[in-house]
Amino acid sequence: MPGPWKAELFTMSDAPLKTLPDKQAVLAELSGHPAVKAILDWDSEALKKAKVDRGELTLTVVPEEIVAACQTLRAAGYNFFEDMTAVDWLPQSPRYQLSYHLLSHRLKERIRLCALLDDPDPAIESITSVWAGANYYEREVFDLFGVHFQGHPNLRRILMPDDWTGHPLRKDYPVEGYR
Amino acid sequence: MVDVGTPILEVPEAQGTEGQHMILNMGPQHPSTHGVLRLVLEIDGEIVVRLYPEIGYLHTGIEKTCEAKFYQQVVPLTDRIDYLGPMANNLCYALAVEKLLELEIPPKGQWMRVLLAELTRLNSHLIWLGTHAMDIGALTVFLYTFREREDILRLFEAIAGQRMMTSYIRIGGLSMEPPLGWLDRLQAFIKGLPEKIDEYSNLLTGNPIFINRLKGVGYLSQEDAIALGVTGPVARASGIDFDVRRDMPYCGYEKFQFQVPVSSDCDVWARYLLRLQEMRESIKIIQQALDGMPEGRVTADAPKIVLPDREKMKTQMEALIHHFKIVTEGFAVPAGEVYQCIESGHGLMGYYVVSDGTAKPYRVHMRYPGFATLQALETMCQGRLIADVVAVIGSIDIVLGEIDR
Repeated sequence: MPGPWKAELFTMSDAPLKTLPDKQAVLAELSGHPAVKAILDWDSEALKKAKVDRGELTLTVVPEEIVAACQTLRAAGYNFFEDMTAVDWLPQSPRYQLSYHLLSHRLKERIRLCALLDDPDPAIESITSVWAGANYYEREVFDLFGVHFQGHPNLRRILMPDDWTGHPLRKDYPVEGYR
Repeated sequence: MVDVGTPILEVPEAQGTEGQHMILNMGPQHPSTHGVLRLVLEIDGEIVVRLYPEIGYLHTGIEKTCEAKFYQQVVPLTDRIDYLGPMANNLCYALAVEKLLELEIPPKGQWMRVLLAELTRLNSHLIWLGTHAMDIGALTVFLYTFREREDILRLFEAIAGQRMMTSYIRIGGLSMEPPLGWLDRLQAFIKGLPEKIDEYSNLLTGNPIFINRLKGVGYLSQEDAIALGVTGPVARASGIDFDVRRDMPYCGYEKFQFQVPVSSDCDVWARYLLRLQEMRESIKIIQQALDGMPEGRVTADAPKIVLPDREKMKTQMEALIHHFKIVTEGFAVPAGEVYQCIESGHGLMGYYVVSDGTAKPYRVHMRYPGFATLQALETMCQGRLIADVVAVIGSIDIVLGEIDR
């Protein structure tokens, strides 16, 4: 069952939703939250940023530790890998934001885990060892963003043809494609 | 142009004893793969050893297109993703953008949305039932379910002007009030539906051929279902007691009474029975929505986001200005990122919308249940006959539009 923090913070029907803008505020207000607690107990250095926006908790970790972070959160009750995608923030640096959405069947809650990557060779370890279901999602991000996943069992294009040039969802790829 | 290397090509080769295993291509133009799914099977006689789904034949780059459109222009694109459940797509996208805007929808709008989402689920399940039975060889059921589906499409046409690509649920509410007498038509349809479901059940549930083709086929354990990201009826048939409508309610679902059927048999037969039960529960929800339909508007009071009524636009200067602004410039959405999920007919559908504060979405990502469920296909088919592959594909209710996007 959700803890007492849930009732005051995450009731979606009570507008306006509470917002916690940065890591300090999240640590001060949400230190009892299962995900925040698990990450802090594991490695407080790995947690780069944290925020609550429109009732959604986002934790940003260093990309090298993504597999360990996923294992920690899975042990903390976030048992279900729901979704994974990327956002291209060109021309900002770091350029790529990977967003993992993890769901807890028991806590009935979702968190967003982020990792930031940069050019010229965006690469991160694959989390297929934690959740086999991340396979297609990582292939999709590889296909459409050109992010490499180390240790992925079958990293090849999934939606575009195998001989396609470029990665369509990058912001420097024209909407109508290369002519 | 930035490129980080060539894709790793993998052409599957038979790994088994030489001359005994062979590679068999199935699709993409195979009638029982529901569209353009291509499967590469490695078989040992009639037994499936390995299975590789090849997708992307229907990829239209909808996520990229969204980035070039105004927020309200994305709504018609969403219809075309899961083309059997148009209202569910509209609803999920609208809820995500409304979460970004922190917009409240009046009760009547919410109840209409619930009602339409359940009607969409019925539509989706009816097509699943007809095509699934047809794949197995029971051709008659298809004609029965399409009779009821036609009624639903007529209801959609009456309310939205379109049979399939409805675009009826918009950001900020619905596109218009339901026409006079529409709710009565729906009531008449809903009243007769439980009998019709009994009719399908009579044709199939006691049919020994149907039972033999389905029972014990396509086994997917609970652990595998969680590991592979399987959701919706397939997950609930594997004993995962989770339904977004009940456990993380959106759009006012917490006000409705319904059961979430769960089974622990993990096979195609369990999925069949579970979906029939879900259809009955959907009817209950629609009945509750009809009985308690609140009064009032169906759109939020947000003139800069919701298009004004036609009548007002022609008589009031301000409404005309708002209309002009929305159509030509769109509306700015505060910066931020949200993820909104709903329970669609196939499972957990989620929209991840990132805004940079302009009138066009910076990034829209759609999480569709079929994409994850397809990964479980190999687990379900390994060691079974080729003919069972067809039954399993039918049972996961595959729609390639939502997988390829």
